[in-house]
Amino acid sequence: MSTAVAVVLLLAALAYAVFAGADFGAGLWDLTAGGPQRGAHPRAAIDASIGPVWEANHVWLIFIFVVLWTSFPEAYASITLTMFVPLTIAALGIVLRGSSFAFRKEVVRTRDRRNFGTAFAVSSILVPYCMGAIVGGIASGRVPAGGRAGDPVDSWNNPTSVLGGVLAVVVVAYLSAVYLVWDTRRVGDLELAGYFRRRAIASAVAAGIVALGGIAVLHADAPYLFGELTSRALPLVLLSALCGAGSLLLLVRDATHGARLLAVAAVAAVVIGWGVAQWPYLLPTSLTVSAAAAPSGTLTAVLVATGLAAVLVLPGLILLYVLAQRGLLPEEDTAPATLPR
Amino acid sequence: MHAGQAAIVTLVDLAVAAANPVPWARAQMAFTLAFHIILVPLGVSWAFMTLVANYRGVRHHDADAMRLAHRWSAYMAVTFAVGAVTGTVLSFEFGLLWPHFMGQWGEAFGVPFAFEGIFFFIEAIFIAIYLFGWRRLKPWTHFWTGVPIVLAGIFGAVSVVAANAWMNAPSGFTLNSAGEVVTVDPIKVIFNAAMPLEAAHMLVAAYLVGGFLIASVYAVGMLRGRRDRYHRLALIIAFSVAAVATPIQMGVGDSLARWVYNDQPVKFAAIELVPTTSSDVPETILGRLNDNGTVSGGIPIPGLASWLSDPATGKSTIVQGLNTVPAAQEPTIRQINTVHLAWDVMVGLGTLLFLLSAWYWLTWVFRRRMPENKPFLWVTAASGALAVITMEAGWVVTEVGRQPWIVYKYMTVTEAATGNSGVWITFLAVLGLYIGLGVTTVLVLRGMNRRFRRGDAAAEQAAPYGPRKPLDDTIGETVGEQEQEPVP
Repeated sequence: MSTAVAVVLLLAALAYAVFAGADFGAGLWDLTAGGPQRGAHPRAAIDASIGPVWEANHVWLIFIFVVLWTSFPEAYASITLTMFVPLTIAALGIVLRGSSFAFRKEVVRTRDRRNFGTAFAVSSILVPYCMGAIVGGIASGRVPAGGRAGDPVDSWNNPTSVLGGVLAVVVVAYLSAVYLVWDTRRVGDLELAGYFRRRAIASAVAAGIVALGGIAVLHADAPYLFGELTSRALPLVLLSALCGAGSLLLLVRDATHGARLLAVAAVAAVVIGWGVAQWPYLLPTSLTVSAAAAPSGTLTAVLVATGLAAVLVLPGLILLYVLAQRGLLPEEDTAPATLPR
Repeated sequence: MHAGQAAIVTLVDLAVAAANPVPWARAQMAFTLAFHIILVPLGVSWAFMTLVANYRGVRHHDADAMRLAHRWSAYMAVTFAVGAVTGTVLSFEFGLLWPHFMGQWGEAFGVPFAFEGIFFFIEAIFIAIYLFGWRRLKPWTHFWTGVPIVLAGIFGAVSVVAANAWMNAPSGFTLNSAGEVVTVDPIKVIFNAAMPLEAAHMLVAAYLVGGFLIASVYAVGMLRGRRDRYHRLALIIAFSVAAVATPIQMGVGDSLARWVYNDQPVKFAAIELVPTTSSDVPETILGRLNDNGTVSGGIPIPGLASWLSDPATGKSTIVQGLNTVPAAQEPTIRQINTVHLAWDVMVGLGTLLFLLSAWYWLTWVFRRRMPENKPFLWVTAASGALAVITMEAGWVVTEVGRQPWIVYKYMTVTEAATGNSGVWITFLAVLGLYIGLGVTTVLVLRGMNRRFRRGDAAAEQAAPYGPRKPLDDTIGETVGEQEQEPVP
């Protein structure tokens, strides 16, 4: 049963990376969009794209936390004790990002918009970096078992963490750019589609370079993870590389739809590959998933909650995405709603 | 002692105090929770009030009600966003500040949150859909997309309170000889002894506080001369919700107090300021407990505490005193006085709000309209802040009253806390960030209000993921909106 919960945890992490990740990435493009004049157009597209969905996407993080502390409490204690600093930065970053994004839409003065926009954008980079660094610290075995604190500095400032952080930022930027190409193309804004396509290609190349460099980093710094990534998880790693390359190719050839699917697949393969490589450890190499697991009553409750979520939440989520996508269509394409007489 | 020496000692004391994470962790948790709890009533009850207005708007073609629902949903989006992120901080803090609590009890304490996660998801999804739906869905379809928000708000709040209630009445687990949790019964964890009344108390509080908070805004508007139908309607909807909740809350609170009397006698002794076990205990209003265990000041009402604890036995009801608590498990004098004062504030202001509600209902009964005289509006204008203070005081009673325990009779707050000596830094960072956040939230909401009032249609359209365009031309006219694209 602990395996099932671990799979749920990994899938939640995957959903967070693929959905909320792109919302963070949009922050990066927001930051680099230029001054109020030049950046207005791409920023409006970013607002329209992530506005309706970011809060729902954000809930995946809550879900990860809840599953983790309920099902693997000891590991949760170890992680929070060790990763005190990056988790605090991430928490504050999330507050800044969410609130300033909401505020920015409600203020009219350029100065206010710029301030909130900057807070939103900077924290959008900070949060994925911290998350990636935390994952790097966990994956390289820097979080000890037993609800104890590891090294408070080295645990998230080490080669694997830096790799994780940088990779996270690059990947979310890439995902976001690919989504934005799709979204802007759907509303027929070819100029912006080209704008984001150039950025998608650049970040795809950057992600590829970071990933390649990462091989050397992991070889030196995280031997267990490296060993498993190059054996058990190798198919997933190769799949990710293939999808990444394929998506780049499609981007260059301007086949947006396929590029989007392959980009998601590439990221998904990396996240699942991480999970497979870590198996059977929750905290390599000191705590296994089964040893960390909570009593069966708790795990049952978590799985029931997950099942309920699948029944209750997924339809709503799909409805939201469908509406969000439709909402970007030109107004006249939708049937006007009328009051009953 | 030499002055220089004294200064050094003070500095050392300060350094030690700064390095000791427990008080800082408590301060940070208290502060972030106190902040978040203000947003909870809005998240839980505002959607309901919006739907009432929405229903009226669609059913009776009431343009004012429609506009009200529309604007409320735009405000709600902002407060929900702030509530969502400050709630997220809390889930970080469980681990960051109380790692040993989560490490040992996460498998039990965490269970209600697994379900809360679902409700939070549903709330986030349907708030987005509802806001979106203004320009996309047919009126009744749109109305129904709001209903899940209301339900998710209710069940989400109940789930969170179930976790808190579990800290007061831990159950549904067994321990091995090493004190580790070995089996968990999720049903008993969620439906622990404190849960039904505590959840009901918080839920009613959410409607009470939300109602008064929103009513107070429109009372201010009416006092400033904006006595149009729109303001009256807003006030009636919000105030009616609060005025229904207030009498219910009196009953729920009374039952909860009796539960505390039976199941958490130490908390009850602190509430009633009872140093030694006795019968015929007076209800002491204000007053304080001294270090030597005597009570000074205050107005004692003879026998009332005993009588309220169990009306069946009346004044002869025995109330357990603070003297029965083993020294190691005793709350400090300051904590006891805090609990007592918070209790007095909660009951006092709660009674005031009850009288205000009675005023409102009596006017309806005898005059067939709401009271619109200045004194009523003045008190109503203050009622939002008063209701928030009442709720915060009630929460202080629950939390401080449980001290020194984090899990009642199983784990103390000190045992639960992180050993990280840097908590004072995070506390200051959180303090600064949240003060900024609170001020900005109020300023942004006021800015929205000003623009709405100016009839700035563009502003009205630019709500978060909100309406870009009126539903159609007919509504555009009746609701008084102009067709205009949002400012990019």
